[in-house]
Amino acid sequence: MNFSWISTYWPLLAAGAVQTILLLVISVVFGFVLAIGLALAQIKGPRGIKWLSRCYCTCLRGTPLLVQLWLLYYGVGSLLPLIPGLRSSFLWPVLREGFFFAAVSFTLNYAAYEAEVLRGALLAVPKGELEAARAFGMSPAQVLRRIWLPRAVRIALPTIAGEIVLQLKATPLAFTVTVMDLYAVAYKIRQDTLLVYEPLLIVTVFYVLLTLLLTRVFKVVESQVPVRR
Amino acid sequence: MTQKVVPALLVEAVHKSYGIHDVLRGVSLKAHKGDVISIIGSSGAGKSTFLRCINFLEIPDRGRFVINGEEVAMKVGANGHAHPANWRQIERLRTGLGMVFQSFNLWAHMTVLENVIEAPVHVLKTDRRKAVERAEALLAKVGLYDKRHAYPAFLSGGQQQRAAIARALCVDPEVMLFDEPTSALDPELVGEVLKVIRELAEEGRTMLLVTHEMKFARDVSSHVVFLHQGRVEEAGPPAQVFGAPLSARCREFTRVLSN
Repeated sequence: MNFSWISTYWPLLAAGAVQTILLLVISVVFGFVLAIGLALAQIKGPRGIKWLSRCYCTCLRGTPLLVQLWLLYYGVGSLLPLIPGLRSSFLWPVLREGFFFAAVSFTLNYAAYEAEVLRGALLAVPKGELEAARAFGMSPAQVLRRIWLPRAVRIALPTIAGEIVLQLKATPLAFTVTVMDLYAVAYKIRQDTLLVYEPLLIVTVFYVLLTLLLTRVFKVVESQVPVRR
Repeated sequence: MTQKVVPALLVEAVHKSYGIHDVLRGVSLKAHKGDVISIIGSSGAGKSTFLRCINFLEIPDRGRFVINGEEVAMKVGANGHAHPANWRQIERLRTGLGMVFQSFNLWAHMTVLENVIEAPVHVLKTDRRKAVERAEALLAKVGLYDKRHAYPAFLSGGQQQRAAIARALCVDPEVMLFDEPTSALDPELVGEVLKVIRELAEEGRTMLLVTHEMKFARDVSSHVVFLHQGRVEEAGPPAQVFGAPLSARCREFTRVLSN
């Protein structure tokens, strides 16, 4: 085992970890917001919207993330320059990066999974509690914001924690669209030093630590509202 | 009596059906300030449905509702059934109707205190500190001050229902609606909840009470309404309804229950 390369490569490793964490945070946060809309559309929406949302979830859960990422990167990505003015706009430095496409496709994919989780959780909130909220004069938006959603999220919390860990492990796919995430860094080190196992081991430790951190955080959050089972 | 008194609640000719099943067939009721009206009847008579129509948790097919002197604007839909013309009005009027449910329905993700201040702070926009002060006083009154930071799941049924009563009181409602408040409780817990309701009745709260506790209804009510198959079969002071009912069905019902 040879770990002498760490002293030269640690800044790159750190940068890779930042990219991985950024991809995870962006896709989980925006995906979650999107998932709320998708889940509500499936529960409360008019028939057309309901159907659209269901289609979206089925398609994005039913196809490999790698395919979605490539469709976006090579498909949509090659169409973007055709939009007049876009290349000269201030957005272009972001839009031409692989990171942008990875973030978007991870977000869309995560939203589809999370929407299903949330849909179940929203339906699992006891009807009586929602009735009580309405009986005290809350508007539908208030019921959602104060009672329905907070209750549903707490019900879904253990599942959400699991989904985020899965999402973390999906992030190395970004490597295929030129993002220098943790895995890409390991790949580069291998090419530079011809060492196969050592960089992978270090990267593995990173992922495990991140997962441990995530589960810890969620344990704390879950303990905020004690539930008697 | 020359002065015209506005009733706290006036409900006229409420109709409600589920499919072909007519649950309510023209129920009317008038409650003045300080009235305690018990609604009794066998299960399926429409008691709970009637109570839930008053705050529009069920939407009545037909009927006229005047809550604290304000008439609910209704409009008739394409299917011939009426519905509220303006849900904003319903939301506003609901804050004057404190509801207590059979299954408590406390919000499980909030402590008892948070449950009680939720509507005052977020619906009535009361100052949070004032709401907490008031809530703590109410919780002390129902004997739950020590449990104010507990979550509902850690309370007994009786405690949960008393917390739910404090929650309903905290919006300072003109009329309180009790939907079988003791039916989901173990027998040994019924007493503590009835004691709180009795205190409220003695304070002069206007209350509508759907109940199966006949002895209690007879003791605390100023009026008793006996519902049968979606109609008011008998109504009057408890002495009449329980002692000398005019209707044969009511006589039968109260006789069976008092034995």
